[in-house]
Amino acid sequence: MQKNVRLSPADWILWGLTSVAIAVALYAAFLYAPTERTMGDIQRIFYFHVASAWIGFLAFFVVFVASIAYLATKAIKWDILAASSAEIGVVFSTLVLLTGPLWARPVWNTYWTWDPRLTSFLILWLIYIAYLMLRAYAGEEEKSARFAAVFGIIGFLDVPIVYASIRLWRTLHPKPVIAGGGSSGLAPQMLTSLFIALGAFLVLYIALLRLRIRLEKVNRAVRQLHLEINR
Amino acid sequence: MIQAKGLTKIYGTRYALRGVDLEAEAGEILGVFGPNGAGKSTLVRILAGQAKPSSGSVTLCGHPLATEAAQARACTGVVGHLTYLYDDLTAVENLRFFARMFGLHLKEPELLERLSRVGLRGREHEPVRHFSRGMQQRLALARATLHNPRVLILDEPYTGLDRQASLFLDNLVRDFAREGGTVLLVTHDVDHGLNIATRVLLLVSGRVVDQGPADAFSAQTIVTAYETGRKVPQA
Amino acid sequence: MSYFAGIAAVYWKDVLLEFRTRQSLSTMFTFCLTIVIIFNFVFEPGSPAVLEVSPGVLWAAFTFSGLLGISRSFSFEIDRGGLQGLLLCPVERSTIYFGKVLGNATFMLLIEAVTFPIFVVFYNLPPNMNLLGLVLVFVLGTLGFVAVGTLLSAISANTKAREVLLPVLLFPVAVPVLVATVKSTGPLLRGEDLAQVASWVKLLLAFDLLFLAASSLTFEFIVEE
Ligand SMILES: Nc1ncnc2c1ncn2[C@@H]1O[C@H](COP(=O)(O)OP(=O)(O)OP(=O)(O)O)[C@@H](O)[C@H]1O
Ligand SMILES: [Mg+2]
Repeated sequence: MQKNVRLSPADWILWGLTSVAIAVALYAAFLYAPTERTMGDIQRIFYFHVASAWIGFLAFFVVFVASIAYLATKAIKWDILAASSAEIGVVFSTLVLLTGPLWARPVWNTYWTWDPRLTSFLILWLIYIAYLMLRAYAGEEEKSARFAAVFGIIGFLDVPIVYASIRLWRTLHPKPVIAGGGSSGLAPQMLTSLFIALGAFLVLYIALLRLRIRLEKVNRAVRQLHLEINR
Repeated sequence: MIQAKGLTKIYGTRYALRGVDLEAEAGEILGVFGPNGAGKSTLVRILAGQAKPSSGSVTLCGHPLATEAAQARACTGVVGHLTYLYDDLTAVENLRFFARMFGLHLKEPELLERLSRVGLRGREHEPVRHFSRGMQQRLALARATLHNPRVLILDEPYTGLDRQASLFLDNLVRDFAREGGTVLLVTHDVDHGLNIATRVLLLVSGRVVDQGPADAFSAQTIVTAYETGRKVPQA
Repeated sequence: MSYFAGIAAVYWKDVLLEFRTRQSLSTMFTFCLTIVIIFNFVFEPGSPAVLEVSPGVLWAAFTFSGLLGISRSFSFEIDRGGLQGLLLCPVERSTIYFGKVLGNATFMLLIEAVTFPIFVVFYNLPPNMNLLGLVLVFVLGTLGFVAVGTLLSAISANTKAREVLLPVLLFPVAVPVLVATVKSTGPLLRGEDLAQVASWVKLLLAFDLLFLAASSLTFEFIVEE
């Protein structure tokens, strides 16, 4: 048990790395990257907004792969991985949905725009909130693992179709007047800053994932002990 | 005919079965006894292919349930705690549905014949909702033997049966075994069960505590084993 | 035992049960009509906004009432231990799924066929609509909604939360179906050509095929402990 609770040296290194990476990313976003000409300083949120979106997406992809692996092998470790990654994915996509309006308000004079990518993320977020609710209500551990795995597969397969449908919907509509600025012609320093933010969030994701997996293992180890007492 | 090796089943934090091995040959009637919560129904559900064991394997009529499920299920008839009948369908409609699910195309006269065998003649076009518990149980028996299985698995089949129906079931079970079928019978009526079983398996807290030919057991030894959870030496 | 005979048996049983009890169809129809009427209060009668919004109203009514039937299709089985009974049969588990999909689709399409004319009258829609195109979109949209709905209903009926969980699971996943049906129903109601909405029809087709395939593959993991 002790072994499970304590952080391993690898984790200390990982967290150290995460802190440094976040600091560098902050420096890159706020000082290194030039100020965007039309949008001004507020555009700097873009680095974290986009990085969160990519990492959120990665987290849900991990859920998808782990779900398939669970159904194929019925090995608990895959269920633990899926559950952990889904929670972290929801955190990152919540960040996307929060930073989106923060950015949109001063620039486009509106908190929310039904931009295809942002809207798709909203639906994605709803799907994985539903995923977490399913886990909470499914009942026994084994049943919740099975059901969640099926939903984790179905939900992720839906993502490209959701995106296609929303893009089709937006292009068939008159374009909102506010659109226009954006990612075309990103300055090289901006691109570098984006990749630094992305790297920092990736390390953060891995560090969080390891932590969450450990927590889940401890959780289940306690239940296992309970089982052995019962035996 | 029925073979099970190392069956375990875990529900959340509870062991329902802890390594059950059993074997039943053609012509045998295996009586399974055990106190409430011993794991009898869990065992039945795993043998019937309704639940997957946490570990261990099942073979029915030589077909492993894990890899040849359809063949294994096609040679097995099951009557469980529930009747698996549809209340709003008539007796004939219920049978016709299950016949089709087993790939049989039984004509109306054949279905009626099955119904009269279990004494439901004259009620065949009534919805099952109007049947008494015992009549539903009779219909469940007709449903379970529709496809002429070689293995019959019965979980407390006497529930709700009157004397006549229970005699009918006894005869059905004996005939079935005499013709080379294998029966696994779970019942709480120890005297009755010992009377028709040829072999006995005692299950307590998910473990097989004793098994052997039926004449080696008495109602007393079985009930004592329930309490002690151990094999009772013959006096 | 042929695969299709199993599907047909499950379908026949579900349809027979429904026509015996009429519980799903009657509640679905009443609810569908109620939604259509309630939305009527939102607009000024005869205003041009009605034509603009009517496809959305129509599909809200179809899917919300469809949800009732879909959520019942497994809960009544599980109450009776029926699914356990079906598991005894030597058929592929996915035959149960396809039988139920066909049943649920039949019920939803019946409701749609009855509600749509009433809707046309209530909302004073112009008669020059593209009926053939509408039928195609209704069938494809319903099939997609039911394909995911039936799978998720098998999940939710097996949880502690039961029916309450189904809409939460189903509607986000069904977003493409909702967008595609609503967006293609509009032009078709105005009598436009099917070619105008071809990309939506393709999207519906892709959704239907993808989720029928994925659901039939994953269904057995839901029903077998
Ligand atoms: N679906 C389930 N979820 C959780 N626990 C279960 C489930 N089914 C059975 N159990 C547990 O497994 C154990 C064995 O149950 P089972 O129904 O097999 O007993 P049984 O021998 O048939 O009892 P009875 O004589 O009362 O019918 C019990 O402790 C029971 O609580
Ligand atoms: Mg029992």
